[in-house]
Amino acid sequence: MTMQRSFLAFALAIGLAAPALAADEHAPLPTKQKWSFSGPFGKYDRAQLQRGFKVYREVCQSCHSLSLVAFRTLADPGGPGFTIAQATAVAAEYKVPGGPNDAGEMFERPAGPADRFPKPFANDNAARAANGGALPPDLSVMAKARTYERGGLWFLLDIVTQYQEQGPDYITALLQGYEDAPKGFELPSGTNYNKYFPGHAIGMPAPLSDGQVTYDDGAPQTVAQYSKDVSAFLMWTAEPHMEARKRLGFQVMIFLLVFAVMLYFTKKKVWASAHA
Amino acid sequence: MSGHSTYQPQSAFMKWMERRLPIAGLVHSSFIAYPVPRNLNYWWTFGGILAFMLGAQIVTGVVLVMHYTPHADMAFNSVEHIMRDVNYGWLLRYLHANGASMFFIAVYIHMFRGIYYGSYKEPREVLWILGVIIYLLMMATGFLGYTLPWGQMSFWGATVITNFFSAIPLVGETVVTWLWGGFSVGNPTLQRFFSLHYLLPFVIAGVVVLHVWALHVVGQNNPIGIEPKGDKDTVPFTPYATVKDGFVMVCFMAFFAYFAFYIPNYLGHADNYIPANPGVTPTHIVPEWYYLPFYAILRAIPNKLLGVIALFASILVLAFLPWLDSSKVRSARFRPLYRQFFWIFVAVCIGLGYLGAKPAEGAYVIASQILTVYYFAHFLIILPLLSRYEKTKPLPNSISESVLKAGAPAKA
Repeated sequence: MTMQRSFLAFALAIGLAAPALAADEHAPLPTKQKWSFSGPFGKYDRAQLQRGFKVYREVCQSCHSLSLVAFRTLADPGGPGFTIAQATAVAAEYKVPGGPNDAGEMFERPAGPADRFPKPFANDNAARAANGGALPPDLSVMAKARTYERGGLWFLLDIVTQYQEQGPDYITALLQGYEDAPKGFELPSGTNYNKYFPGHAIGMPAPLSDGQVTYDDGAPQTVAQYSKDVSAFLMWTAEPHMEARKRLGFQVMIFLLVFAVMLYFTKKKVWASAHA
Repeated sequence: MSGHSTYQPQSAFMKWMERRLPIAGLVHSSFIAYPVPRNLNYWWTFGGILAFMLGAQIVTGVVLVMHYTPHADMAFNSVEHIMRDVNYGWLLRYLHANGASMFFIAVYIHMFRGIYYGSYKEPREVLWILGVIIYLLMMATGFLGYTLPWGQMSFWGATVITNFFSAIPLVGETVVTWLWGGFSVGNPTLQRFFSLHYLLPFVIAGVVVLHVWALHVVGQNNPIGIEPKGDKDTVPFTPYATVKDGFVMVCFMAFFAYFAFYIPNYLGHADNYIPANPGVTPTHIVPEWYYLPFYAILRAIPNKLLGVIALFASILVLAFLPWLDSSKVRSARFRPLYRQFFWIFVAVCIGLGYLGAKPAEGAYVIASQILTVYYFAHFLIILPLLSRYEKTKPLPNSISESVLKAGAPAKA
C-alpha cells in the first residue's frame, strides 16, 4: 500500500504548490458573506430581496437590463414575496413595445405581469454609446456568471460545505471595491479603479453611496447594506426556484437514503444463503 | 445469451409467444438465470449504474428538447426559459447537466476496475474494445451537449475543440470549415451539434447492446480473475446481482441527487452563464472536468499537430490494452508490481486532470509534459515489460475455494 500513500502525497504536493504558482494573478479575495440562502435549508430573506429590488430599480436599472425576469415572478413563491397586485403595479410603471395594431402601427404600451423587464437601451450599441464604450451587462444571471478562484484544493471542500455563493460574494465585494488607483497603476481614461475587478480597470463608476436609497424597514442605508441586498436580489433573479430545489432535494435525499438502507438489508438477507 | 435458454413458459400465451419470438427466454437467460461469479465485489456494480445513467440522460434530454431552441440567437434564453418558466425545468436541466458528469464518474470507475482486474484480457478483448468505443461516443456526446446552452464556454470550447482538426496538414482548414458549416463557430455549428447530440445517445445504446451481448457470451471477469468452473463458483443474476446492483444504484442516485439539488453548478463554469460572444475570449478556456487529463496532454506538446495526435493516441491506446498487457494473470491481486503501477497510473491521470484545469504556463506545462510521458510509458513500456518479467503470485484453484479461504461474507 506504499503506492497509495505516495499517491496521496503527490496529490497534496500539487494542491499545496498550486496557490503559490497562481498567487500573483489574484486580486484580494472577496469576503465570504453570511447569506440566508446558503446551505441545504437556505431560503431567501423576503425583506432583503425587496430592498435589493429597490436598489436595482433606483440605481442599477438606469444602465443594466434584467431581461430574463418576468414581472409576474416577483409574486412567485420563493421570491421577494410581492402580491400579484403589487407585481402588476410594478409592471405598469414600465413601457414595452406593442403592436402592430389594426392600422399596422407599432406603439408603446404599459407592461403587464407576463412581460419581462424591458432593456434600458434600444440596443447594445446605444448602451455602449451612453456608457463610454462599455456595455453594461444584463444582470439576470449575473450571480451565477461571476466567481472567483481561491487556488489550491479548496474547491474539494466546497462539495461538503456546499459553498456556492461565490457570485453574490463577488458582486458584494465589487460594489464596495472602489478606491483610488495605487501609485504607478495606469488607469485607462473612462475607467475606474476597483480592487476586486479582474484587471482593476472597470467601466462602471462607483454606483452606490451612503443614504442613496431610502429603506422603509429600518435597515441601515449604507453602501455595505445596499451591496449585500442587491447581490441577494440578483441571486434570486439568477436562481428563482432555489427554495423549491432545496426543499425537493431534502425529500429526495430522505427517500433515497431510506430506500438504500432497506435494499442493503435485503441484499444481506439474499446473500446470506450464498455464503452458507 | 449463450447456449439454450432454460426458460419454461408457464401460461398458454407465453408458450405461444415463446415459439414465435423467444424474447421472454432472452430476458430470462440474460437477467435472471445468467450465472455471475459469486465473488464479485461492489466495483462490479457500475455497469448497471451506467445503463441507468444512459436511460436517465435520454429521458431528461428528450423532455428538455421539447422546450429548447437550437438557434444561436435563442439557445441561451431558451435554456433560461427552461430554468424559469417550465414546470420542473430547473430539475430536468440540472439532472441532465449533472447527469453527464455522473455518467463519466461511473464510466471512469468502471474502466479503472477493468484495468485493475485485467477484464480486457482474453477472451474479453472485443468486450473491452466495444467499451472504448462507448467511451469515445460518450466524450463526443458530452462535448456536443456542452455546446448547446450557447454560453461563453460552450462557444469557445467548441471553437478550441473543432480547431484540433485544422492541425491536419493540407486539408485542415477545409475540414474545419466543413465542420463549422461556415468560417467560424456559429448558428450552423450549433444546429448540427444539436442534431448529433440527439443522435449519438442512441448510437451509444446500440453499442451498449453489443457490449452486453459480448459480456454474456464470455461471462464476467471477477476479482481473482480465474474463470468460474461450474455452479459452485456462480450465483444466478436474480436475485443476487439484481439486489446488489440495486443497492449500489440507489446509493449512486443519492450521490447524484446531492449534486443536482444542492450544488448544481459546482461542476459547471460560471462563464457559461454569459451568453456566447464571438468578440470576447474568456481568460481561461477550460473544458468539462472529464476531458481535463486529455486537455493537459494536448497542451503539454508545443506542436499543434503532435498535440492533437497525442490527444487522440492517449484514448486510442486503450483499445490496444489487451495486447500491450499480455500477462496471463488477470487480476492485480496476484500481480504485486502491476498493482503498484496501477495506482501510480491513477495518480498520473488525476494529476493530468488537475493540470488540465490550470493555465498552460510555467511549471504547469513542465508537469504536464512529465505526466504525459509517463501516461504513454505506462502503456507502451511498463505494461509490456511487466507482462514479461513480473513474478506473479500463485492463483487459487477456484472461485469457491478463494471465497471460503477469505472468510466467506467479507467480499460479497
